[in-house]
Amino acid sequence: MTSQPPVSPAAGPRRLSLSLRIWRQDSPEAAGAFHTYRLERVSADLSLLEALDQLNEQLIAAGERPVHFEHDCREGICGSCGFLVNGQAHGPQTATTVCQLYLRQFRDGATLTLEPWRARAFPLIQDLAVERAVLDRLLIAGGYCSVSTGQAPEANAILVGQEQARSAFDTATCIGCGACVASCRNASASLFVAAKLAHLGQLPQGQPERTRRAQAMQGQMAAEGFGGCSSNLECEAVCPQEISADWISWMRRESRR
Amino acid sequence: MSPLPDPRLPAGPIADAWRRTRAELPLISPLRKRQLQVLVVGTGLAGASAAATLAEQGYRVTVLTYHDSPRRAHSVAAQGGINAAKNYAADGDSVQRLFADTLRGGDFRAREAGCMRLAELSGGIIDQAVAQGVPFAREYGGTLATRSFGGALVSRTFYARGQTGQQLLYGATAALLRQVAAGRVTLLPRRDVLELITVDGVARGVVARHLLTGALEVYTAQAVLLATGGYSNVFFLSTNALKSNATAIWRAHRQGALFANPCFTQIHPTCIPSGDPGQSKLTLMSESLRNDGRIWLPAIAGDSRPPQQIPESERDYFLERLYPRYGNMAPRDLASRRARELCNAGHGVGPGGRSVYLDLRDAIAAQGRAVIEQRYGNLLEMYARINGEDPYATPLRIYPAPHYTMGGLWVDYQLMSSIPGLFVLGEANFSEHGANRLGASALMQGLADGYFIAPATVTAWLAGHPTPVIDADHPACREALALAHARIDAVLAAAGDRSVDGFHRELGALMIERCGISRTAAGLRAGLAEVAALEQRFHGEVRVPGTAEGPNPELEKALRVVDFFGLAQLMLRDALAREESCGAHFREEHQSADGEARRDDSRFAHIAAWEHRDGGAEPIRHAEPLTFTALQPSARSYR
Ligand SMILES: Cc1cc2nc3c(=O)[nH]c(=O)nc-3n(C[C@H](O)[C@H](O)[C@H](O)COP(=O)(O)OP(=O)(O)OC[C@H]3O[C@@H](n4cnc5c(N)ncnc54)[C@H](O)[C@@H]3O)c2cc1C
Ligand code: FES
Repeated sequence: MTSQPPVSPAAGPRRLSLSLRIWRQDSPEAAGAFHTYRLERVSADLSLLEALDQLNEQLIAAGERPVHFEHDCREGICGSCGFLVNGQAHGPQTATTVCQLYLRQFRDGATLTLEPWRARAFPLIQDLAVERAVLDRLLIAGGYCSVSTGQAPEANAILVGQEQARSAFDTATCIGCGACVASCRNASASLFVAAKLAHLGQLPQGQPERTRRAQAMQGQMAAEGFGGCSSNLECEAVCPQEISADWISWMRRESRR
Repeated sequence: MSPLPDPRLPAGPIADAWRRTRAELPLISPLRKRQLQVLVVGTGLAGASAAATLAEQGYRVTVLTYHDSPRRAHSVAAQGGINAAKNYAADGDSVQRLFADTLRGGDFRAREAGCMRLAELSGGIIDQAVAQGVPFAREYGGTLATRSFGGALVSRTFYARGQTGQQLLYGATAALLRQVAAGRVTLLPRRDVLELITVDGVARGVVARHLLTGALEVYTAQAVLLATGGYSNVFFLSTNALKSNATAIWRAHRQGALFANPCFTQIHPTCIPSGDPGQSKLTLMSESLRNDGRIWLPAIAGDSRPPQQIPESERDYFLERLYPRYGNMAPRDLASRRARELCNAGHGVGPGGRSVYLDLRDAIAAQGRAVIEQRYGNLLEMYARINGEDPYATPLRIYPAPHYTMGGLWVDYQLMSSIPGLFVLGEANFSEHGANRLGASALMQGLADGYFIAPATVTAWLAGHPTPVIDADHPACREALALAHARIDAVLAAAGDRSVDGFHRELGALMIERCGISRTAAGLRAGLAEVAALEQRFHGEVRVPGTAEGPNPELEKALRVVDFFGLAQLMLRDALAREESCGAHFREEHQSADGEARRDDSRFAHIAAWEHRDGGAEPIRHAEPLTFTALQPSARSYR
């Protein structure tokens, strides 16, 4: 976790001016290009998405089309947001989604280049927004325990060690933002798939379908045209939930089970 | 004036009443189920669990959500946990106690039979979630861990670190995706439901806008379920996700569904305060911080010294002073109200004097930094990221924020609205939480609705109403399409130059002032006039760039804000009509000499259910009386 210099509340918010170099593209068919916009003296206490809100206010007032970016919760948990900031997925701060990236991370006068996830698996919608439905298709292939409502045994009949539960939780936290795919030079979904396999594969509930699940999800990954993993570890570096790439090696062993 | 429908409450004692009711509900053969079509709007805990379960039972289910993926529903953000009366902690918890806490927490403004059913179903939810692989926290021995939450005297809250909603949602959406794989669920993401289709007053489908193409689409079915979440974003700044909205339930209300208790909205005391006017949301800080944090303000109004320089004698630990028995753990509404009063009196700190300190200094001194870090590390990291202040060195600043809406569409005991064939689940309905919701009970309610109640009652409805699905070119569909088209055209035609957000911010500021933590008749009346005027200005001055074709996020926002204007006025009316203070609804005229809420059971022991009337006529307020047999209303006292 990057630490921040504490700001005294009495000092009032720092202000800064930024150049935002943003990829604008009307539609998947249209040609895209970078456009540069200025934001003058905005509060350093705003998030980058709030800065984009401000820019959009200006664009609307000027009669132009606002910048399209995906977002919703704005607290780092829904996985909606995500684009490249100066070439880095979700920007420079580790373990942080772009909605949780605050302007105090940047210096006055900085230029920020914002562009969409670039991966064949994520077709562009408009500007910074891309379609990530493929991630759900990977889950549809087998990312679950097959138990219908009403079939569940008494919860405490299934014992799970504290450490095992913690480790399963760590992999279950994936928010499906797609940063791992977008940062991988092979556009591989290995970390996404490994995280789901590891979440369920570490728990007793996931055992009956463990092998079938691993085959089905990895098969789907190949069928969708994702690249393989060549261990560059970019995925781990950009993952807002800090899911370890060791799980990809775990997944490899899993398919040999 | 149409009468209030029968709430279909169970006869006899409320304990076990749901099992008795269920046993009498009609069933449908598996073969027949495969021919029946059900629409579910929303993939939060309520919608995903209902859609998955209905599909498992054999129905053909179509699911719509405006998100690109079911996993992004706002339920994903719930942090603290989910209640269940399992009594794993062996600390005296029971179904009866969870029932009593829920009814008392709601300040006796909920149906007792509903609260009892919720408590009875709570345990099964945990069983189901565990079987799906939800990684709840565990004890060393491998059994499930629980904690006490929101001032409860027992440890009945199950949790998955600070991400319980996320993990429960992933469990429910995994079950949903399994049914997609099985071919029983058609999942339609990026669809904004804009209108309900009714034929002879019965729900038969919806109109949705495809958010990528802009096309308006018609979906018809034999039953429609709305699980579209709460409406805290009427306040603009809230703890909810930015796209959370009221459109689906508001349009249903306009089509005849009664809206119950719209003014019952919960304000959460521990949120990161607003600072810059450009701020877009208020982030919740878990209430658990109040276990170790001491809340205070400078005793001298206008004191602008940094907190460390204010000596002990000049600090007002106001919750400890006012509520010595509960101290910093005083209930959410009291903590919020006292904070607001003192900020209004000039004691507030931070930008605009709109926050109070939550100080971990004494806890760090007594227990050591390591203990506090282990307990709240993630939370404090998030705080530092958002606020840029170091919470180990400087007290945190917090302020109350709109968080949850107890009000919603009126439903009967079977979760059916006053429009036959229209069911409402989760935060979108008004059920079970009365005038105030207990912490960790929303997740429980959404999942009880979705996994257990709706599948049984929707089946009962379908068994009794074997109507065929209507064609997409049925006159009712064309009429609903025309309504949606007209609304879209109207906002696109507005010839102003101001953004939708600008108006939404204004609406929010107005609503928090007039209909927030504390309300007065004069303020509510003024608010009604102000919202109406703002609405009028909106239609003249707003600018929605772009067209109806293709993606247009500004158009999506505009349609939502138009509906918030209508809902805001209903909230103000409801708050005005409820001449008492109860739960989260505090009317300044109705308080005791020492500032405590004064409930009026003789006049207001009822649910207010509002009926919409066309042509600008005033809505009609119906009252569903509440009776209590298992627990008698008592006044609460925290002094
Ligand atoms: C920050 C935060 C923390 C919380 N923590 C807790 C907690 O610890 N414990 C607890 O019990 N409760 C908690 N709550 C409350 C709880 O999370 C919510 O009440 C609950 O998750 C709501 O679930 P839902 O299924 O009713 O709706 P939601 O999860 O809001 O889902 C709504 C769904 O409807 C869809 N939708 C809405 N309108 C439309 C439309 N017009 N067209 C198409 N689709 C639509 C959305 O896309 C979404 O899929 C918390 C709430 C917040 C804000
Ligand atoms: S907006 Fe939800 S994670 Fe960023």
